[in-house]
Amino acid sequence: MAVCVAVIAKENYPLYIRSVPTENELKFHYMVHTSLDVVDEKISAMGKALVDQRELYLGLLYPTEDYKVTFPNQLCSYGYVTNSRVKFVMVVDSSNTALRDNEIRSMFRKLHNSYTDVMCNPFYNPGDRIQSRWAAALLGLPPSLCSSALLKGTVLR
Amino acid sequence: MEAAAGGGCGSGPALLLSEGEQQCYSELFARCAGAAGGGPGAGPPEAARAAPGAATAAAGPVADLFRASQLPAETLHQITELCGAKRIGYFGPTQFYVALKLIAAAQSGLPVRMESIKCELPLPRFMMSKTDGEIRFGNPAELHGTKVQIPYLITEKNTFKRVDDEDKQQETQSPTMSPLASPPSSPPHYQRVPLSHGYSKLRSSTEQMHPAPYEARQPLVQPEGASSGGPGAKPPRHQASLIRSFSVEREPQDNNSNYLDEPWRITEEQREYYVNQFRSLQPDPSSFISGSVAKNFFTKSKLSIPELSYIWELSDADCDGALTLPEFCAAFHLIVARKNGYPLPEGLPPTLQPEYLQAAFPKPKWECALFDSYSESMPANQQPRDLSRMEKLSIKDMADFPVPTQDVTGDDKQALKSTVDEALPKDMSEDPATPKDSNNLKARPRSRSYSSTSIEEAMKRGEDPPTPPPRPQKTHSRASSLDLNKVFQPSVPATKSGLLPPPPALPPRPCPLQSEQASEAELHSQLNRAPSQAAESSPTKKDIPYSQPPSKPIRRKFRPENQATENQEPSPTVGGPAVATVKPHPTVQKQSSRQKKAIQTAIRKNKEANAVLARLNSELQQQLKEVHQERIALENQLEQLRPVTVL
Repeated sequence: MAVCVAVIAKENYPLYIRSVPTENELKFHYMVHTSLDVVDEKISAMGKALVDQRELYLGLLYPTEDYKVTFPNQLCSYGYVTNSRVKFVMVVDSSNTALRDNEIRSMFRKLHNSYTDVMCNPFYNPGDRIQSRWAAALLGLPPSLCSSALLKGTVLR
Repeated sequence: MEAAAGGGCGSGPALLLSEGEQQCYSELFARCAGAAGGGPGAGPPEAARAAPGAATAAAGPVADLFRASQLPAETLHQITELCGAKRIGYFGPTQFYVALKLIAAAQSGLPVRMESIKCELPLPRFMMSKTDGEIRFGNPAELHGTKVQIPYLITEKNTFKRVDDEDKQQETQSPTMSPLASPPSSPPHYQRVPLSHGYSKLRSSTEQMHPAPYEARQPLVQPEGASSGGPGAKPPRHQASLIRSFSVEREPQDNNSNYLDEPWRITEEQREYYVNQFRSLQPDPSSFISGSVAKNFFTKSKLSIPELSYIWELSDADCDGALTLPEFCAAFHLIVARKNGYPLPEGLPPTLQPEYLQAAFPKPKWECALFDSYSESMPANQQPRDLSRMEKLSIKDMADFPVPTQDVTGDDKQALKSTVDEALPKDMSEDPATPKDSNNLKARPRSRSYSSTSIEEAMKRGEDPPTPPPRPQKTHSRASSLDLNKVFQPSVPATKSGLLPPPPALPPRPCPLQSEQASEAELHSQLNRAPSQAAESSPTKKDIPYSQPPSKPIRRKFRPENQATENQEPSPTVGGPAVATVKPHPTVQKQSSRQKKAIQTAIRKNKEANAVLARLNSELQQQLKEVHQERIALENQLEQLRPVTVL
C-alpha cells in the first residue's frame, strides 16, 4: 500500500507531495528526499544512452527497515522519471502484500497520465506547485492508498 | 372525491390532505416543479408523497397557476406569504400544497388563514383545464373557460394533458420549450402553436407515466433570464435533435437536478454569444482554441489564476490543452457564473458536458465539418500543428489523442524510413507529395508499395516534365537547407553544386522525411536533422527546371494505378502543386531522353549529397564524443565533491 507520493521537479524541489498517515509526514518527506539521490544516480548511470532507450520506470530505489512507529514494516521507495526529468517517487509499505512490479508500474503510469493532464492546463506554469484540488484528485494517489479524503480537501502550498 | 383527511400527506407537518387533494396537488406540483421535479414529479402521487422534500416548484409556473385561480393579486400575495414560500424563497412541496389549500379556501370564500386549511375544502379551481386531476376533481363547468385567454396556459394545457401519459423524455424537450412556454409575458400564439404541436407529437411518441418532467425545464430558463422569445422554428428541430440526443438516463438526473442546474444551463442567447466569442478567437467553429489563446482570453475576465485553472480543468474534458466549441462554451459559462457569484461546482455539471452541449445545440455541420476540415485543412495548411489537430479531431473520440497522433507521426516516420533503403523512384514519389498534406498520409503508403516501376514507366511514357513553378513552392525547404548549410560549412559548397542536377536517386529518406517535416517538423526536427538536410537539398535540386524528369517518376509513383495507362494524367495529379499546370505531353520521345539525362544527373547529385551527409555525420559524432567526455569529467568532479557534502 502506497503511503506517500511525491512529484519532484527537475531541479529537485517538490511539486506535489502527499502522504497518508499524516502524523509521519516529515519522515516520508525525508525518505523521498533521500530517494532523490538514488534517482539521480540511476539517471546518471544511464546517461550515455539516448533518451529513447532510457526506461522511465526506475524500480525499487532502496528499502528501509524503519517505520517502527506504528508497526514494523518495511518501506520501499520506487522511482519514475519522465522525459522532462520530472521525478515521481512513491513510498510503499510492503507489509500487506508484496506489490508486484507491474502494479507499481501501473500506478506510476496513472500518475504520469494525471501529471500530463495537469500540464495541459494552460494556466499551470511548469515548475509551479501543483495546487488545485482538482489536480490533487487527478494526481490521485494510487488506488491502494487508503484515504482519498486526503486528496479532496487539501491544497498543497 | 374528498375523503375525510384521508391519507396524510407527508409533505406538511400539519397539513392533512384528502386522497383526491393529494393526487391533484401532487400533479400540480409536479407540473410546476422545476428541475427538481423529481420529488413530486416522479410518477404517481404516492411516489410524490414519498419524496416531497426533494422538489421545489419554480416561481414562474406557480405564479401562473395561482393567477389562473382567478384570485385577486393581494390574496395571492397573502397566500404566498402564509404558505411560507416567501420566507423560504421557493415553493417546496409543503409550501405548494399549503398554498393550494389556501387558494381553495379563498375560492370557497374563507379568509386566507392557516386555520382555514385545516378543514376540508374543495379543490382549488384554476381557470384552465390544466390537469386531468383538475378535470376529475375540479369544476367541470370551469374547464372550458378562458382556454384561449392565457396563451401560456394553452401550451400548458396541451402539455399538461399529456403530461400524465407522458414520459420523462419530454424533459429533454423542455430546454427548448421553456423559453417559449415559460415567460410570463404572453408570447404570441403562433409560437405556441407549433410548439404544442411539436410537443404533442413528441408526447405521443413516448409513453411514461411521468407527469412532471416536461415542466421541469420550464422554470429553468426563466431565472436565467433567457428571454429568447425563441425561435419558433427551432423547437421542432431541437426537439427532434433532443429526442435523438438525449437518452433516458438523463431524465432522472434532470428530474432531480434540473432546478439545481439552473445556473449551469446555457441559454440560446448565451450560446450565441459564446459562439461568437469563439469565432473571434478561432474562425473555424469546428476547430480548437489552443491553450495559450484561451488563457489570454480568459485572463481578461479578471478571475484569479487558480480559479481559471480550476475552470479549465472542469471544462477541458479530454485534457488535451485545447478547447473545442462545447468545451469553450462550458468554460465561458463557468466563468460567467463565477463572476456572478456562483460557487464553482465540484464537477462539471451534466448540462455543461461537451456531449450535452453538442447535442443540445446541434450544429449539424459539426460532425461533417470534422472530416471536411480534416481534408480541407490538410492541403491548405501544412502546419504540423494543424495536422496534429486534425488528427486530434478525427481521433478525438478515441482514448488518448496524443498517442494516436504520435502513432500517426510514428507511422509516417516509419513509412519514410522504410523507404530509405528502397529505390530512388520512391523518393521521387514522396517528393511531390510533400507539398500536399492531404496526400502525405496517402502518398507514403502508396509510394512505398509502388516504387519500382516508376522510372521505367516514366521513361517509356515520357511525361512532360513537371513545370517548375510548383517546385519552387518548396522554397521553405530550400531556405532551411541553406540555413543548415551555413551551420555545417562543409556541406554548403556541396549542396550548392548539387543544386544544379536534380538527384532523383536521392534515397527515399530525404524525401519522405521532408514530407514528414512539412507536416511535423516541430516534433521531429532534431531527429531528422541530418536526413532532412539531404531531403531539403534534394527537393531544392528538384525545383530546378530540368529536374522535371525526375519528378515524373515521382508522380508516377504517387499514382501507380493511373500510371499504367495514362501518361499524362498522373502528372497533373501527382505533381502536387505542379498538378494544376501539368497537361498531356505530346513530345514523348524527347522527354524520355531528357529523363535519362536527368536521372543520371540526379544520381550524381545524390551521391554528392550522400558525401555531404557523411561528413556531417562524422562531425556530429565528434561533437558528441566531446560532449560525452565533458560530461564524464563533470561527473567525476561531482563524485569527488559529493563525499565532502555528505559530511
